[in-house]
Amino acid sequence: MASPAPEFASLAEIAASVRSGGISARALLSQSLGRIRELEGDLHCFNEVTVEVAEADADAVDRMVRSGQDPGPLAGVPVALKDNLCTEGIPTTCSSRILAGWLPPYDATVVSRLRGAGALLVGKTNLDEFAMGSSTENSAFGPTRNPWDTGRVPGGSSGGSAAAVAAGIVPLAFGSDTGGSIRQPAALCGIVGVKPTYGVVSRYGLIAFASSLDQIGPFATTVADAALGLEVVAGHDPMDSTSLERPAPSLLASLAEGVSGLRVGIVEDFLSDGSECGAAVVAAGEALAIAGAKVDQVTIPELLLGLPAYYVIAPAEASSNLSRYDGVRYGLRVDGPDTETMNARTRGEGFGPEVKRRIMMGTYALSAGYYDAYYGQAQKARTVVIRAFEAAYRNFDVLLTPTTPSVAFPFGSKTEDPIEMYMCDLCSIPSSLAGHPAVSVPFALSPERLPIGVQVLAPALGEAVMMRVAASLEAAAPREARGPVTP
Amino acid sequence: MTGYPVNNYETVVGLEVHCELATATKLFCGCRNAFGDEPNTNICPVCLGLPGSLPVINRRAVELALRIGAALNCSPRRSIFHRKNYFYPDMPKDYQISQYDEPINVNGWLELPDGSRVGIERAHMEEDTGKTTHVGGGGRIHEAGYSLVDYNRAGVPLVEIVSRPDIRSAAQARAYVDELRSILVATGASDGRMEEGSLRVDANISVRPLGATEYGTRCEVKNLNSLRSLERAIDYEVQRQIALLESGERVAQETRHFDEGDSTTHAMRSKEEANDYRYFPEPDLTPLVPDAALLAAAAEGIGPMPAERRRRLSGVLGEDSELATRRDGSTDQVVTVVDLGLDELVEGAVAAGADPRLALARAANEAAANPEEARRLDPRAFAALIKMESSGQLSATQSKEVLSELMSQGGDPSQIASRLGYEQMDPAVLASMVDEVIAAHPQEWRRYCDGDEKVAQFLLGQVMRASKGRANGKLVAAAFASRRGSF
Repeated sequence: MASPAPEFASLAEIAASVRSGGISARALLSQSLGRIRELEGDLHCFNEVTVEVAEADADAVDRMVRSGQDPGPLAGVPVALKDNLCTEGIPTTCSSRILAGWLPPYDATVVSRLRGAGALLVGKTNLDEFAMGSSTENSAFGPTRNPWDTGRVPGGSSGGSAAAVAAGIVPLAFGSDTGGSIRQPAALCGIVGVKPTYGVVSRYGLIAFASSLDQIGPFATTVADAALGLEVVAGHDPMDSTSLERPAPSLLASLAEGVSGLRVGIVEDFLSDGSECGAAVVAAGEALAIAGAKVDQVTIPELLLGLPAYYVIAPAEASSNLSRYDGVRYGLRVDGPDTETMNARTRGEGFGPEVKRRIMMGTYALSAGYYDAYYGQAQKARTVVIRAFEAAYRNFDVLLTPTTPSVAFPFGSKTEDPIEMYMCDLCSIPSSLAGHPAVSVPFALSPERLPIGVQVLAPALGEAVMMRVAASLEAAAPREARGPVTP
Repeated sequence: MTGYPVNNYETVVGLEVHCELATATKLFCGCRNAFGDEPNTNICPVCLGLPGSLPVINRRAVELALRIGAALNCSPRRSIFHRKNYFYPDMPKDYQISQYDEPINVNGWLELPDGSRVGIERAHMEEDTGKTTHVGGGGRIHEAGYSLVDYNRAGVPLVEIVSRPDIRSAAQARAYVDELRSILVATGASDGRMEEGSLRVDANISVRPLGATEYGTRCEVKNLNSLRSLERAIDYEVQRQIALLESGERVAQETRHFDEGDSTTHAMRSKEEANDYRYFPEPDLTPLVPDAALLAAAAEGIGPMPAERRRRLSGVLGEDSELATRRDGSTDQVVTVVDLGLDELVEGAVAAGADPRLALARAANEAAANPEEARRLDPRAFAALIKMESSGQLSATQSKEVLSELMSQGGDPSQIASRLGYEQMDPAVLASMVDEVIAAHPQEWRRYCDGDEKVAQFLLGQVMRASKGRANGKLVAAAFASRRGSF
């Protein structure tokens, strides 16, 4: 029996305490590593626990404090990173056999920024292979379990990061979101997960799944902690051409400003009759109305085009992004009599079935003679989704939807039917296609006492207003709807 | 393959010239762009295509691409990059970032020395691949025992200049590449070294009955590493295609490999060419918009093009037939001088009173050995030196020595000459040297007096040796001639 989940102080308080010498980074790290020892066997959040790296990080922070230097806004905060973020000299696997043995020679930009802010890197978290999936069941190294019910999935693809925060192992973790891979596991694990506007966080060092959609974001138990995590990693990076040339957004300062006068639209199209997740959204709308927002229902049927468009565009980009795993330069190589056979054997043995399925779909969608019918058509649908959002945002500051159609599901319940698994992303995909920000906030518990997330959507660069609304929902939600929990 | 009615057919050629840009760094990263370094020393995560790395465009490369476009009378336009997907071990990402249907330069033309114009369809940007050496099996990948890959060249910026099918003969194709090379060198965009792969040519070749309005089926010939190979490949292909048509067969559209050994072309294995490149817009890069700043930077290096400068220089030299007789000895000097950017030096020297032919010769031969130093020469000092040589004050050997000194150190040619001891020889000393040589070689002297001009060089050489190169060749020749006359 694990010890009860620690009730974290806010990240700002933890860092302040470390900066003032009230608590050492080493002590914080010990708590985190202790929690890993207790729970990792049950949950399997990590592909690699980086004890030595974290100890070195912690010692560096403590030395800085002793010598009167400021380690930064995340001083001493243990952080977990999805294992598709490159870490110099630390295995980075994407939970795939094909990257076996590869040690990146460089840190992703977010990793250097986190380290530069005083964070401690405690480990690399499990994911669906190459971030393709919604349950973490597609990991080559076995699934991660949901701390709320270890018979259920934590969601995916960033399931390891979500579960690590939900189980109280780390107060802050990072994942990547291509069609919902931060928000969906955040919802299923009862924590906050943010997908920022495309271009707000550098993708340099994030191993690409679908480049036009991938975006890195934070997991935390509170909106304020997620906001701080995002502030630290956001901001222009010259190494990423798609990085926006603007400073990191200021989020924390305005969180408490409330929602009075804000126009909130509840997207009816995602409220399927009688679903507990839909009911939570309606309740969230009522809570915001009480807090002073103007809440209306809105129908945006075009958003339903998002899912099919996404499942053409994302695999198409992935089929190209994943070509480089050919056995020539790094990772797995399965030899053959000639180069082509070596390529084929390496990829045949190195990739799991879902990755192969998406490479096949994407290759097909880009093929001569099919490009216009699939990729071209999907891009048109993407434009339709963007225009529909634009129209909606003329009348609303933010939109509300469920994050997911359902709560966390049992292992194996969707693995036989890829389409059913893909449907998990129905509500999260549209803002990915539009490059807009979105956040999932824990808002309710199902009758089975599983967490239910509500998703707040905002137009591009609308993070500040979006997080204000999220903070307001958090204040209205029952405390027991959010982590950390102990399995 | 002779005997076919070649004269009943018209040759149609379009050329694709790949030009490596002479930038300091690669197209998408900060690695050195250099030829001949140790393999795999100019590499980084980006040009190795390591997981998580991202391309960032080299602004200088864009400027040079626009400059090439301007020199070829193209229109610049908003452009985007695509990914060209195919598996090959020398391509780190297994896709090439290239411009496809929205290139940076379109619709230009190039005027050849004979006055004909060849249309330029486009001049687009792309990255180079690495270089593979197949070991064993005759150097072909399919039979090789193993392959070595050097990624120093991977990511080197290229501009591919695609002509319209306006070329009608092998000689015109050669003239086109020759002229294009001069332009690329003159703009500073390329060093123009075909032997180092800085310029690589593919030829699309077809034939059609005279008077036909439709083009015949074309073959693309690769591996043309010199102007000679280009001409031979076209000659061979034209003969081959005419032979096919005359015997009632059809020309198959295919890619063919030029064999330098026997000057023939061979169809490449269908596997080597049957690629569906699955082009799609590169999501890691943003569109290139040629704004005013870029166009200004591109225009900075564009002076008069080589054709115009050759005309101007020939005018100064008093040769009006330069363009038509480019291949004879004297006009090759004009080409060289213009190519090396020494035309202003020669024109300046001529304006200052130097003998045009001698100034041209010294510029094309001696100054050309170090064009960078030569371009810094003061035309007046250069003119003074040429005058000293043409007046007989300096021998040719002495003049070359002084020029070398002048280029490396600068200064006044007459002072350099006296410092080197190149004072005019005492006429009495010279006369006695001539007499001594005649006395020492009576047989040669007799042959000379009998009109054998070949032996004159020998006698001259004896005097030069006796004077340790200080004697002025013209004066010595005159001395021999006058003694023969009085014999």
